[in-house]
Amino acid sequence: MTSSETMPAGRVRSTPLTPLIELRGISKYFPGVIANENINFSVAEGEIHALCGENGAGKSTLMKILYGMQLPDEGSILIKDETIRFHSPRDAIDYGIGMVHQHFMLADNLSVLENIILGAEPTTLGYMQQATAEQQVQDLCDSYGLTVNIHTHVEELAVGQRQKVEIIKVLYRGVDILILDEPTSVLVPQEVEDLFVTMREMKEQGKTLIFIDHKLDEVLEIADRITVLRAGRSVATVDKTEATAHDLAELMIGSELPVPDTYEDTVVEEILLKVEGLNLDTEELGGSGIAAELERRQVLTNVNISVHRGEIVGIAGVEGNGQAELIEALLGTRQVSSGKIFMAGEDITGWSTRRRREENLGYIPEDRHKMGLMLSSPLWENAMLGHQGSRPFAAGGFWLLPSAAREKCEEIVEDFDVRTPSVRVAADALSGGNQQKLIIGREMSMSPKVLIAAHPTRGIDVGAQAAVWEDLRVARREGLAVLLVSADLDELIGLSDRLMVILRGQIVVELDPAQVTPRELGSYMTGAQV
Amino acid sequence: MTSYLRERFSLRRAGWEVLTPALTLVVAAIAATIILLATGYSPVSAFQNMWSKGWELEQVVDMLNRATPLYLIAIGAAIGFRMNIFNIGVEGQYLLAALVASYVGAQFSIWAPAHVGVIMLTAMAVGAAWVAIPAILKVARGVHEVISTLMMNVIGIAFVSAVLLRWWEVPNKVEARDDLPAWFVNTPNIQTREIPESGRMPDINNVLEVFTRDIERGQTGAPQKYLWGFLLVAIVVGILYHIYVMRTRHGYDLRAGGANPDASLVAGVDPKRMILFAMLMSGAVAGLAGLPEILGRDYAYSLSFTQMLGFNGLAVALIGQNHAVGAAFGALLFGYLDTAGPILDSSGDAPEEIIVIIKGAMIFTAIIVYAVVRRRQLADQARTASAVLAKRDSGEVDEGEHPK
Repeated sequence: MTSSETMPAGRVRSTPLTPLIELRGISKYFPGVIANENINFSVAEGEIHALCGENGAGKSTLMKILYGMQLPDEGSILIKDETIRFHSPRDAIDYGIGMVHQHFMLADNLSVLENIILGAEPTTLGYMQQATAEQQVQDLCDSYGLTVNIHTHVEELAVGQRQKVEIIKVLYRGVDILILDEPTSVLVPQEVEDLFVTMREMKEQGKTLIFIDHKLDEVLEIADRITVLRAGRSVATVDKTEATAHDLAELMIGSELPVPDTYEDTVVEEILLKVEGLNLDTEELGGSGIAAELERRQVLTNVNISVHRGEIVGIAGVEGNGQAELIEALLGTRQVSSGKIFMAGEDITGWSTRRRREENLGYIPEDRHKMGLMLSSPLWENAMLGHQGSRPFAAGGFWLLPSAAREKCEEIVEDFDVRTPSVRVAADALSGGNQQKLIIGREMSMSPKVLIAAHPTRGIDVGAQAAVWEDLRVARREGLAVLLVSADLDELIGLSDRLMVILRGQIVVELDPAQVTPRELGSYMTGAQV
Repeated sequence: MTSYLRERFSLRRAGWEVLTPALTLVVAAIAATIILLATGYSPVSAFQNMWSKGWELEQVVDMLNRATPLYLIAIGAAIGFRMNIFNIGVEGQYLLAALVASYVGAQFSIWAPAHVGVIMLTAMAVGAAWVAIPAILKVARGVHEVISTLMMNVIGIAFVSAVLLRWWEVPNKVEARDDLPAWFVNTPNIQTREIPESGRMPDINNVLEVFTRDIERGQTGAPQKYLWGFLLVAIVVGILYHIYVMRTRHGYDLRAGGANPDASLVAGVDPKRMILFAMLMSGAVAGLAGLPEILGRDYAYSLSFTQMLGFNGLAVALIGQNHAVGAAFGALLFGYLDTAGPILDSSGDAPEEIIVIIKGAMIFTAIIVYAVVRRRQLADQARTASAVLAKRDSGEVDEGEHPK
C-alpha cells in the first residue's frame, strides 16, 4: 500500500511542507560518544516521518531531546516557528508532543482504563469523573481498534495490545505529534500490520507521527519521508517515493545491507547441549486479598532440545511462552521440576549457576542493563562479570588480578571494537551498542562450549547487528553450540541451522530455516498454524 | 590506550574524589555557622576554639579513641552496604557483643594474646549471632532487614540492660583514675566482673609519643590520656576489608551482588548465600566495636558504657562511601567533632548539641553532594571522552590508539 492512497487529501495539501517541528543544529555529548552532532531535522504536519539509522546513530537521543527527556548541549527546537526549550516530558506534552517508548511503561496490575488515565485523570474538585474517563477512553479504543474490555488488567494483554494501550495513553493526553520509538521491534509480522493500520488511522485523524525504526521494508511501507542518521549526524532526508531499501541501507551504514546468513555447514555429531524432558512449574500467588493462594502453573512442558557442536539452534516464539524460563533453567537460576540438562555429556541439572558458568556456559542476556552490566562500575570490572573466578581475572579462584583484568578488557575492547576512551570509564558512559559489544566480547573471549544468546540484537542498529551476527557465525565456526532465542524472525531464519517454535511452554514444531518464511514462522508462533 | 590518557583520567578521578568530602565539610560548616548565628553565638570564636583546642595532643588521643569504634562499626556496616544490605542493627549487635565478651573474658585467665583473641572472637560471634536472626528471616522469608534489624536493636538493648546485666552484675566502686570525671568516681555502678590483666589490651601511648611530645601526666604521675591499643586492630580490620573487597573474588561477588543483583545472579553469585554472608560478617565486625573501650579502659561492661556508636558508625560508612580510606576519614572527623563538643560547652561558645546538628548536616549534605558530584563527573568524562573520540574519528590518532 502506498501513502498516496491513504493520505487524507485535505490535511496534507493545506500545509504540504511547512515544518511543524524543526530541530536546528542539535548536538548532544555523552561520555565516550557524540550522540548527536549538528543535526537538522524537520517534520511537516500530518506526515509519517521515519527516523532511520544504526544503533548509536543517535535516533533515540534526538527523540529524547524533542520529548524533553534530555536537554541538547547545542541547537534549538522550533515548533510552529517558535523557539522553545523543554525541561521535561510534561513541557513536551503541553506542546502536544507524546512519545511511545520501546519498553512499555505500563502498570501490569492496573486495568487498561486505569493505565490510560493514570496521571491525567479528569477530576472535579479532586474527585475523579469515572464515567467521563470511561467514555473518553472507550471512544479512543474504538477508533484505534483496541477491542479489549477497558477493565481488563494489562497483564492479560498480548504485546501488540499493550502497545496500543501505550499509544492510546499518549493520545488521551491530547497530543498531535507522536514519537514511536522502534514500535515494531517487539511485534510479530501480523501485529506489525495491525500497528500500521493504527498508524494510518492516526494520520487520517490529523496526527503527525515520527517513527523510529531500522527495518527498511517497514519504513518504506509506512513512512512519507525518511530521515537517515549516521554516527550522530543527519545524512539525508528523502521522500518515500524516491527511496529504495538499497539506497537507505547505504545511507545508514555506508555499505550494503548485511544479511544474516550462516554460509557453510559446520555441524558435527557431538552434542554439546542437551535438554531432556524438561518440565518447569512456577508457583505464584493467585487470587486476591485473603483468598489468595499459591497457584501452580506449568511453564515448560516436556521440552527436548539438543544442540550440536558448531550448530545454532533458534528458538522462536512470542514473548512469554516460556523462553525466559527455559534460559533460567539452563543457567541454573530456576529450579526445574523434572527433566535433565546435559552440557558436553555431563549432567549439569544439579549444578549451581557458578559451576555452569565456570564450565564455560556463555550467556548474552536479553536485557543488557538489567542482566548484563554493573552500570556504575568501570568497564574492566564489567568484563569479568560471570568469569570472576577464572583466569585471567582471578588466580586460584580467590585472588582478583586487577591489572590482568584490565589488560584482558583492553583486548576485548580492541577485538570487538568497543568504542571507549578507556577501560576505566563506567559502563554507563557507553552507548547501548558498545555495551552490547562488550558483553558479547566478554562471553566469546572466554571460549565457551555452549552459548545462550537471548535477543542478541534487540534494540541495536544494522551495523552493530551485522557485527553481532558475524560474531555468532564465528562462534559457530569455532565449534560452539549456540542456542539463539530471538523475536527477530529474519535473524532466526538467517542464522539458525535448526529452528524450534515454542508455544505455551511446549516445542510445537521443528522447522528447517531454509524452507520457512517469516510469515509461516509467525503463524506457528501465534498458534494459527500447527 | 596511551599511558598519557590513562594518567589524565586517573588524575581527574583523584581530583573528583577529594572534591566530594571537601564539599561536604564546607556545606556542614556553613550550616553550623548559620545555626550559631541564628541562636546568637559567635561562629568565629566557636570554630577558633574547636580548632585550637581540638588539636592538642590530649584531645587527639580522645579523638582517636572515639574514631576506633566508629571505624569498626563503619566497616561492619560497609560490608552490608556493598551488598545493598542496610544493617541498621549494628547498635544492638555491638552492645550485646561487648557485654557477652566482657562476661566471658572475666571467667578465666590465660596467656594474654590468646585471652584477648578469645574475647575478640566471642564479640564477633555474638555480633554475628544477633544479626543471624534478621539474616535468616530475610533469606528464608524475605523480611526486610531494615525493619528486622531495627527491632533487634531495641530487643538487644533491652536484653542487655534488663536481663544480662542483672544476672552478671557485681558489686562495684569506681576507682579514681585521671581519665575519668570526678563525679564518676565512687558512684555505684552496675557492671560485670572485671577482665583480668591478661585479657586487657595495653595502651599505645609510647607509639604515639614517638611522633609527638609526651602526653601530660596527672597528679599520680600516670598519663592523663591513654591511646587504646585497639586502634591497631581497627587499622588491620580496615586493611583486611579493603583487600577483601577490592582484591578477592568473593569481595567482587559481594560488590556485584550489590551493584546489580540480577546480573550477578546469572554471573553465578548465589544471592541468598551472599546476603547471609554479608549480614553475618557485618554483625561480626560491628561486634568488635565495643571492645576498644572494654579492653582499653573499663575492663568490664557497665551502665556507663558508650551507646549510640552504632548509628554514628552507620553515618561514618555513608560519608566514607563504604571505602576503607573514606571511612577512616569519616571516623576521624566524627571523632574530632565528638571531642570538640565538650570543648565548645566548657568554653561557653555554643551548646554541645551544635555538634549533633553539624553531624546531621554532614550526613544530609553527603548524600546530596555525592549524587551531584557523581553526575558532574560523568558529564566531565563525557566531554573528555567525546573530544578524544572526535579526534580519533577525524584521523588525528595518537600512537597506540585502536586501529579502528
